[in-house]
Amino acid sequence: MIPALLFMLGIGAVCGIVLSLSSKVFYVYEDPRIAQVENNLAAANCGGCGYAGCSSAAEAVVNGLAPPSVCVISSKEGVEEVAKIMGVDAGAAESLFSYNMCEGGNRADNKYHYMGISSCKAMALVFGGKRVCGVGCIGLGDCVKACQFDALKLGANGYPVVDDDKCVGCGACQQACPKDIIVVKTLSEQLMKFNQAQDALAPCAQTCPAEINIPRYINQLREGKYKEAVQTIRMRNPLPLACGRVCPHPCEDECRRGIEDEAVSINQLKRFVADYEMNSGSRIPIKCAPDTGKKVAVIGGGPAGLSCAFFLRRIGHQVDIFEAMPKLGGIIRYGIPEYRLPKKVLDWEIQGILDLGIKDFCNVRFGVDFGLGSLMASGYEAVFLGVGAWEDYSLGIEGEDLDGCFKGIDFLQRFSSGEKIKLGKTAAVVGGGNSAIDCVRTLLRLGLEKVYIVYRRTRNEMPANEVEIVASEEEGVEFVFLAAPTKVIGDENGKATQLEYLKMELGEPDASGRRRPVPIEGSETLLDVEMVISAIGQSPDASFKEQDPHKRMTELELTRWNTIDNDPAILQASIPYIFTGGDSATGPALVVDAIGSGRRAARSIDLFLKGEPVEPVKDSLQQKRIPESIFTKVDGIKKTARAKMPEIPVDQRLDSMIEVDLVLPEDAAHKEAERCLNCCRICYNPDIDFPIAKAN
Amino acid sequence: MEYFEIFIAGVFINNILLAQFLGNCPFLGTSKKMETAVGMAMAVIFVLVMAGMITWIVDTYLLKALDVEYLRTVSFILVIASLVQFVEMFLKKSIPGLYAGLGIFLPLITTNCAVMGACLLNISNEYSFLGALVSSFSYAVGFGLALILFAGVRERINLARVPKPLQDTSIALVTAGVIALTFMSFKGMV
Repeated sequence: MIPALLFMLGIGAVCGIVLSLSSKVFYVYEDPRIAQVENNLAAANCGGCGYAGCSSAAEAVVNGLAPPSVCVISSKEGVEEVAKIMGVDAGAAESLFSYNMCEGGNRADNKYHYMGISSCKAMALVFGGKRVCGVGCIGLGDCVKACQFDALKLGANGYPVVDDDKCVGCGACQQACPKDIIVVKTLSEQLMKFNQAQDALAPCAQTCPAEINIPRYINQLREGKYKEAVQTIRMRNPLPLACGRVCPHPCEDECRRGIEDEAVSINQLKRFVADYEMNSGSRIPIKCAPDTGKKVAVIGGGPAGLSCAFFLRRIGHQVDIFEAMPKLGGIIRYGIPEYRLPKKVLDWEIQGILDLGIKDFCNVRFGVDFGLGSLMASGYEAVFLGVGAWEDYSLGIEGEDLDGCFKGIDFLQRFSSGEKIKLGKTAAVVGGGNSAIDCVRTLLRLGLEKVYIVYRRTRNEMPANEVEIVASEEEGVEFVFLAAPTKVIGDENGKATQLEYLKMELGEPDASGRRRPVPIEGSETLLDVEMVISAIGQSPDASFKEQDPHKRMTELELTRWNTIDNDPAILQASIPYIFTGGDSATGPALVVDAIGSGRRAARSIDLFLKGEPVEPVKDSLQQKRIPESIFTKVDGIKKTARAKMPEIPVDQRLDSMIEVDLVLPEDAAHKEAERCLNCCRICYNPDIDFPIAKAN
Repeated sequence: MEYFEIFIAGVFINNILLAQFLGNCPFLGTSKKMETAVGMAMAVIFVLVMAGMITWIVDTYLLKALDVEYLRTVSFILVIASLVQFVEMFLKKSIPGLYAGLGIFLPLITTNCAVMGACLLNISNEYSFLGALVSSFSYAVGFGLALILFAGVRERINLARVPKPLQDTSIALVTAGVIALTFMSFKGMV
């Protein structure tokens, strides 16, 4: 008994001494906060946070690799306690939430029938799943089984539905999913998501330059969830009111219903929900990520600048907008006339963006009132240059400077700014684009007796929106097609009296695919007009490059069209901290293009500010179509008439600048939303029961 | 040749998991994923070899010398536990890379029955020091082999349709039984 006790005492003492010595010898300094943080985690070692157990999660928190809210099952108090230990704001971390990409589910046809498999993972191993859709939901609910929080269930449509209140964003569902159906991302990541080749996207959503999830918001409208619909749009487009009025909706050209029937009037539905918000009297709160403490300067408060500022602000950066004109809005304020986009509406929309905490400085011109040097000295870490394209091309003909001759954008801008312009009784507007139509329709409202559009090709080649052309026809514009102006003739006082033009005929198609107009010799014709407005396109005004004395400015490269040269995939200019988008980078384009590029630039700026390599989005579609999603024939369609846009009658229009196009009434909007097939990549909801999305 | 026989016997014939049925808790606990199984297998090899050596020394030079062999189990527990703690501290300081890989598994197997059992078997088989070393190593390899095989099987089972009452641990135990039966076929090889 005694030897045993002695032996155990001895061996115990040896072990104890060795251990205590070695703990001294092999001591590794460990931040005492690690232990403190660990005590405040749930200690379940569940791995839900993505780290191997609570101690490694605690270590990651202390090393700043993980936010205080790392633990997915920790209570709010626990998170606050951890935040206190770390001395940071508990809100500093962005919460994650999950989002389902697939809109198809059960509607997609089956490639084969096999009952023996009960998990998505197994099914995915057998020819990529039984659904014909390669990217769609398999529907066996691996994600539902993986969810520890009962936040997921398989909806009636055969794809998972997330209960946002219960979802903690642990990511278990995403890991369980063998496809990319369910994605768990922070708000910032979701805002900075761009269409990729493997996404479940309807043709309209692929076409939209702003990449709005169109079927989703139309579906929300149909369900009466107008607020959610506006939020869906705002994930991609900060200007739904403006776009809902002026967008030429390229999305509708790809509408699947349009193949067999008239396309869904997508833009009117956007306008309906946007107007609903404005008329409801209260703004829908816009969520922003926690502040990052980085400052970005946005030069130019047009659609591109506003979009870039909006998204940068939403992902947590501090943004200031610098604008040369007295008010924000850029070309959509000064170039688009009141009757298409009332200033009151635009003001309301811009105020909503500024309310996020964006400061604006108007009446300051880049290169004159401030420059790159002053921006850098003020602590801005990146610059978005979206100065637009305001410099009208001139016709290059004799007599262009006579009294009564104007340039399109310049004219519209001066008129919008309230300048009194001496008008004549008759006018000719040269050009066939939207600016030309805006000019003629504005002139008609100013009481001119006769307004001509002089265009060198025919109506079929006019680049203006069809609805705009029709509206101007209704309002009494006279079209002079196949006419190339050659001279403006003036009287002895230097006032324009006549426009001389040469008649043309259409020849061979040129590079743009339009038939090239060829002049007819000796066909000079005179048109009696007192005003001539040339609206034949614009280029950016890059005079800031010379005006800004900052040495770095010489490194900024321009293209031969005077646009700011950039890498189109990341929108970074030749000076690394300058990013550019909108008309100043592409030349005149659509508002919605500018909005899309503003968001793309925001992504690049975000990467740049974080010090990460600014790389293009992988497999980014950038309006390329997914071949399998573009059909030539759509089965199961019952023709229904497209909602007609309500307008005020022609005889009431011309007296004032009152808005012409009206919003759809609620019942009509719902009827129109019902026409949407709610397409996804290859499946859709047909009108009549029809086996859709058959295997190829 | 003798050591080779010890090795084959340790890995296959007397497989610690499937023939001796020791260490079933980590066998079921860490075999859900291949990745964890591999980590665990490595940790076991590491610890078992160390433990086999130290316990042989303790047994030969202390227990036998002092004639207190009846204290074998209790003193082995103490020694192995201290050893693992020591190794953990040593690794953390000296080989942080290895620590990062094995770290979370080391405390799990502090006095795991497979480790303990293998050490006691070494003694009862009256191996020499080298014999004990090879035997410990082979038991550990056998453990790893069985664990990794089993993890592979379980990953497949996850994809299969298992009746509700048999899901998870139940089917794992049934499978373990079947695999153990196949290992029985090694009996009598050496």
